[in-house]
Amino acid sequence: MTDTIKLSQARRGDQGVITQVGAHCHHQGEAVELERRLLELGFVEGAHVELLHEGLFGRDPIAIKVDDMRVALRRHEAASLTIRLDAA
Amino acid sequence: MDMALKTARVALVGNPNSGKTALFNALTGAHQKVANYAGVTVERKEGLIRTASGRTMSVLDLPGTYSLRARSPDEEVTRDAVLGRLAGEVPPDVLVCVADATNLRLILRLVLELKAVGRPMVLALNMYDIAQRQGLRIDLEKLGAELGVPIITTVATRKRGIDDLIAAVETQVDVAAASENHWRSPDATELRTAAREAERIMKACVRPPERPDTLTGRIDDVLLHPLGGMVILMVILFAMFQAVFSWAAPLMDGIEGIVGWLGAGVAALLPDGLLQSLIVDGIISGVGSVLVFLPQILILFLFIIALEDFGYMARAAFLMDKIMGGAGLHGRAFIPLLSSFACAIPGIMAARVIDSKRDRLTTILVAPLMTCSARIPVYTLIIAAFIPNETVWGFVNLQGLVMFGLYAAGIVSALLVSLVIRKVFWRGAVEPFMMELPTYKVPDFKSVVFNLWIRAKIFINRAGRIILPLVIILWVLATFPYPPENATMPGIDYSFAGMIGRALEPIFAPIGFNWQMVVALIPGMAAREVAVAALGTTYAIADAENATGLLASTLSAQWSLATALSFLAWYIFAPQCVATLGVVKRETNSWKWTWIMIGYMFGLAYLASFVTYHVAVALGGG
Ligand SMILES: Nc1nc2c(ncn2[C@@H]2O[C@H](COP(=O)(O)OP(=O)(O)OP(=O)(O)O)[C@@H](O)[C@H]2O)c(=O)[nH]1
Ligand SMILES: [Mg+2]
Repeated sequence: MTDTIKLSQARRGDQGVITQVGAHCHHQGEAVELERRLLELGFVEGAHVELLHEGLFGRDPIAIKVDDMRVALRRHEAASLTIRLDAA
Repeated sequence: MDMALKTARVALVGNPNSGKTALFNALTGAHQKVANYAGVTVERKEGLIRTASGRTMSVLDLPGTYSLRARSPDEEVTRDAVLGRLAGEVPPDVLVCVADATNLRLILRLVLELKAVGRPMVLALNMYDIAQRQGLRIDLEKLGAELGVPIITTVATRKRGIDDLIAAVETQVDVAAASENHWRSPDATELRTAAREAERIMKACVRPPERPDTLTGRIDDVLLHPLGGMVILMVILFAMFQAVFSWAAPLMDGIEGIVGWLGAGVAALLPDGLLQSLIVDGIISGVGSVLVFLPQILILFLFIIALEDFGYMARAAFLMDKIMGGAGLHGRAFIPLLSSFACAIPGIMAARVIDSKRDRLTTILVAPLMTCSARIPVYTLIIAAFIPNETVWGFVNLQGLVMFGLYAAGIVSALLVSLVIRKVFWRGAVEPFMMELPTYKVPDFKSVVFNLWIRAKIFINRAGRIILPLVIILWVLATFPYPPENATMPGIDYSFAGMIGRALEPIFAPIGFNWQMVVALIPGMAAREVAVAALGTTYAIADAENATGLLASTLSAQWSLATALSFLAWYIFAPQCVATLGVVKRETNSWKWTWIMIGYMFGLAYLASFVTYHVAVALGGG
């Protein structure tokens, strides 16, 4: 099995492809809004991501390269993104 | 109707940092109304241009957005302007979608969304110079055909492609008809479909750059280094405050000199009497006492604008997010709070970029606790009068240390207050933090100067419109009624100001204030710095601004140390600025929150002064 993890569990240097944006089931309120925001910022299924930088405290927030742009977000939000790590 | 004479309304829409404001400046030059604060567009900016064919075009600069589904008040402005929902405004005739040519994916999705609005559109591929430098190949013809909109390439900072853009917009005004507005908020499925479509168009029309930008990555390795990045941020902030104090000093002396010279000149020209007193003591020294801060404010803004244009501010927000988050603030609050060191008003307005309502409100409520430049003259005066200019611990200047302590007190209390707000009002809810980290760019010298000039205009305007009337009122209160013939005390003791001060004195006696200080606090409500001029007036020293030394020695003779420290403590917290309160009301659109702010700030001010005064008295400073 290939490595499928939440983006929030990724470490600096990890790369992969987004396989799922948003949670599976409980589609209500805030989760729906977060999913839409992530989509608008370019986090879509199939996008290539790489974790570039981590913050000083608790390795949070994180800077992600999404295709060809850079986005900062907290690990809390990154937990809504599932990625399949590239084979090293 | 003669079509050629009809004014065409054009709105600039696009992702953040795509160069909308730069394009707006290139289009309209100096012919623009209102301004944007703190490097991000937060005000409605409109400008007029006259095209080669004689048509007038009104151009609207809008805040950047990724979607019409607005999340922040900033983006709501964009949505409402595009949809023509703003009160008293019609929808624009043509939308100019401004794209960063090197970062097309998200804007392509936005273009697809904007097409549903049914307005004629032109796509401006801005930053084309950078795209060419990178060897990015864009098939313009195909892209135009895929999207169904005309495409113009521009370099806003070099004013390239501007005429073509205007011509394309005119063509759209003449030939393209607006169709019905089908826009509604897209759901996740529609967003996915649009993103896939954008991706397809991107693949079909854009070849990846031959020389992709690697500089941004390399700079980030340094500036976003967990430890090193933090150190660099602190060094930048330190350098910024050093500059504000040391570079500004000669300029401020110069302005003071001019104001003094002007006052003396006018005094020599006019006969002694009421008119001379009004113009020299009231207007010239009053307005002059405020204009003196222009250099400090401009230097602070110079740093903020340059760092913003360079692309550093988003990095600062990234680095500070965890620390600010611990206090219940959003990483993005860093920029508004930093601006508040110049003045809380642009800071509060810049809070519009924060997309969550609660985080924005918290930021607004604590922004006035940051030590704005209007407090500097008050601090300087009291410190000069009461704190000995000596070195402690071998290398630290005691006066400088007290100044630093006052700044630190403001910052620490802001963090504590936001923590309390989060616990009391929001019960620990956490809002998402996500923002694009733009590619680094060398700031464009001309646009930095231009934006600085706009800031200066706003400040001078404020001095004229708010402070001028207030100094006149203060002068009237301090001058009338006249003292009796056989008066033994200074004239002000018999004036309205004196009466008001005496009436309010009992309230302030427990924190060690005398009535002269109370009198100075009243005009200080208008603008904090006016308190210095007012103290001068109440202690009957003519031209207090140019004689800070004299005023300082008078104060040190008249006040106890405890009183002076209590006055400093008061100034850290008291919401002494009507203009700020007005902006808070406008930005929160709520009297409730405005009163909460006034209440907590006065409460803290009184408490802090009370404690300071009594501790100082107990320690022998009475
Ligand atoms: N090289 C180059 N730089 C540009 C061009 N247009 C804008 N810039 C720079 O890009 C940066 C951002 O430009 P702005 O005009 O502030 O962007 P904006 O779209 O108004 O940003 P927001 O109002 O925050 O959404 C500034 O540093 C500009 O000097 C261009 O055509 N070429
Ligand atoms: Mg702008």
